[in-house]
Amino acid sequence: MNAPNVGIISLFIASILTSNILLANFLGTCSFISISKDFKSSMGLGIAVTMVIGICSAVCWVVLFYIIMPLGIEYLSFIIFIIVIAGVVQMLEMIIDRFSPSLYLALGIFLPLITVNCAVLGVILFMQIRYYNFIQAVVFGFGSGAGWWLSIMLLASIRRKLDNNNAIPAGLKGTGITLITIGFMAMAFIGFSGMIAIQ
Amino acid sequence: MSPILVGPLAVAGLSTVLAFIIAILDKFLNNYGQLKISINGGKKELVVKGGSPLLGTLAAEGIFVPSACGGRGTCGACKCKVVTDVGPHLPTEMPYMSPKDIEGNIRLACQVKVRKDLEIELPEELFSIKKFKARVEHIKDLTYDIKEVLLSLEGQTIEFQAGQYVQLVVPPYGDIPESVQRAYSMSSRPSDGAHVELLVRLVPGGIATTWVHKFLKEGDTIEVVGPFGEFGIHDTAASMICVAGGSGMAPFKSMLNHMKETGAFPQKEIWYFFGARTTKDMFYLDELSKLAETWPRFHFVAALSEPKPEENWKGDVGLITDVLDRYLQGKVDRKKGLEGYLCGSPGMINACINVMKKNGMTEDKIYFDKFS
Repeated sequence: MNAPNVGIISLFIASILTSNILLANFLGTCSFISISKDFKSSMGLGIAVTMVIGICSAVCWVVLFYIIMPLGIEYLSFIIFIIVIAGVVQMLEMIIDRFSPSLYLALGIFLPLITVNCAVLGVILFMQIRYYNFIQAVVFGFGSGAGWWLSIMLLASIRRKLDNNNAIPAGLKGTGITLITIGFMAMAFIGFSGMIAIQ
Repeated sequence: MSPILVGPLAVAGLSTVLAFIIAILDKFLNNYGQLKISINGGKKELVVKGGSPLLGTLAAEGIFVPSACGGRGTCGACKCKVVTDVGPHLPTEMPYMSPKDIEGNIRLACQVKVRKDLEIELPEELFSIKKFKARVEHIKDLTYDIKEVLLSLEGQTIEFQAGQYVQLVVPPYGDIPESVQRAYSMSSRPSDGAHVELLVRLVPGGIATTWVHKFLKEGDTIEVVGPFGEFGIHDTAASMICVAGGSGMAPFKSMLNHMKETGAFPQKEIWYFFGARTTKDMFYLDELSKLAETWPRFHFVAALSEPKPEENWKGDVGLITDVLDRYLQGKVDRKKGLEGYLCGSPGMINACINVMKKNGMTEDKIYFDKFS
């Protein structure tokens, strides 16, 4: 199987806008909904997710093409990817803790939480079924992370506005109006879909 | 090789490699070398190995910052001032910080990692906190669920003020896999530094109380850490209104014995209200009544909330809060001012604070130890 014929710039833009991991594929929504109520935490989580998805895509691409495929153990790829993600997150945490305490504090408790963020595994599985080459995998990884970051910042901003709005019915406050907002955001992102298609 | 083996071996191999890399990273990244901790503007200097939380690092050097949860960030007791900038407060610290704490660089010692030279401030009395090896001299039943435990410090002495507490180190036992520490007020006299006496009420399901009641035997050797706490007699002329229930007797036993023995705070009038449900829950009644007879400035009021007719109870009847209310409105002389001293369950303490405030006492003059 050959890598799909798509330029890396188109792939990067597509993974942010048309195939946004959150608003087109609805992956990683749990932390998206719970963390977006705080603008500053959203920023921290956005950076962390971008970093983890980007680096994990690179590592998992190597694992996929040099360990899983040669050994013919594709049926174990889910387990292997999860182990690799957990290990990489742990290492990242230790490295950031040592070399950039300020970033470590900004990310705080989010970094370990990302181990169980389905957006990370989702991106890696897309990479697997679409046979991206190494460069494409890394670009797609960082692009998807940036898309996730963009979405959570948008939602956090909207929620900050909504919090000051008394017109929302009591029964819809909190998660209710957030889910409706996400629906509208997803529809708005469909508007990009004519640009580039990668899925 | 059999294809059935390839998968598991590959997963195992990959996990091993990852674990190996993490272990190596940990060894190099978490090595901060020798760091200096300067306490209270250089009064005390420690040279420590970096990389661990401040609480444990200090404990290894023999300085015990109070901590009821053992460093898991769930009690908020290990607050201390960190003068060096160690970054903003962590989300795990925020629930225990007031805006004033945040401004004053107060941190939780269990959450701050030692990764550079630190300058911190600790209350002076923490330096006298030590870990003591103690032998259980006797265990006496005071009521069906309260035991008096006398510990001998085996040659060491503890210096404390009446009203302070120690933390009992409960070793792993039965189904309890980890050592835990629980706080108990000392009921022994400060003049007898060779002994520590505790009153322990059995709490159903309580880790430490079950251990004391069911497992601890006379002659056992255990560990206590202390003394801690700011609960103690305030040096004013105001009368003391002490209220206790159950094992909340402990700090007052210590205070009363101390005042009687040394004649300390001679201007203070002492009112001691002790509440229980029935005579079954009442203890030290004779000792305290006798003390009240021979000591003019000490007034002892014991009250039962549910006395049975056959008990033939001659003292006050009613909830301790109602009894307190009656006395505050009548018999208590308020000329020199009043101070509240409370020890017992959070429910009792909150109810007593309300009664005291209703009777014109101000909250800044009400001192308490809450044991939940």
